[in-house]
Amino acid sequence: MASLSDLSLKNRIFMATYRYRALDPVPFARPRKRLPEARVALVTTGGVHLPSQVPFDAAMKGGDASFREIPEGTPVEALRIAHKSDAFDQTGFQADRNLGFPLDRLREMDTRGEIGSLNGRAFSFMGSITAPGRLVKETAPAAAALLEADGVDVALLVPL
Amino acid sequence: MCHQTVGLIAGELERRGIATTSVTMLREITAKVRTPRALAVPYALGYPLGKPGDPELQTRIVRAAFALLEAPGPGPVLAEFTSTWSRNAP
Repeated sequence: MASLSDLSLKNRIFMATYRYRALDPVPFARPRKRLPEARVALVTTGGVHLPSQVPFDAAMKGGDASFREIPEGTPVEALRIAHKSDAFDQTGFQADRNLGFPLDRLREMDTRGEIGSLNGRAFSFMGSITAPGRLVKETAPAAAALLEADGVDVALLVPL
Repeated sequence: MCHQTVGLIAGELERRGIATTSVTMLREITAKVRTPRALAVPYALGYPLGKPGDPELQTRIVRAAFALLEAPGPGPVLAEFTSTWSRNAP
């Protein structure tokens, strides 16, 4: 496991003093369907985007809370990454996008019947959001409403 | 910070009735944020699904994350992935 001691001094100082926003109470939805019947959506906070999309703004103060829609049929190797965090190594992701965006793994699980279906779109957010006001008030609820409208039962969220 | 973002987005999805599960490389932060369901993996930042080019390991991690959907609440549910994890493990 990574631990805070693996990070650079700058990142450790930031993370030690940062006041994380906690869910309280913790919303906890029971799965509406068993996994082999459920519609599954993938959500990443790795800042990935299609080459045709405007990249996330890594320089935005407090972080870029916008999100990008990634159609289900996207070849994962086409994805780019705008997450310019010095806290992690992108080599693995550049070699295999499934490491942080496991769309191929979910497609295989869909083919094998382990999940009911894969949603027609995934969503990508930027990770390094230190001021999450807009994320909480605006963009995360907007993405959640879109996935609800898609009939999604289960979401898999993967940071990078 | 992407771990806080995961927790906050998961919260919005859960409020709309969409059950979430997630992967974390920073268990301490996920515990602080109280992410509804998270699987702690023993890998570095940048490697949430373990290893590039290892679909078998990646699939085991995804399955282990989905298995948390069966955990009784209330949340948060924070479990450990070990590389020997299997669906049929006792």
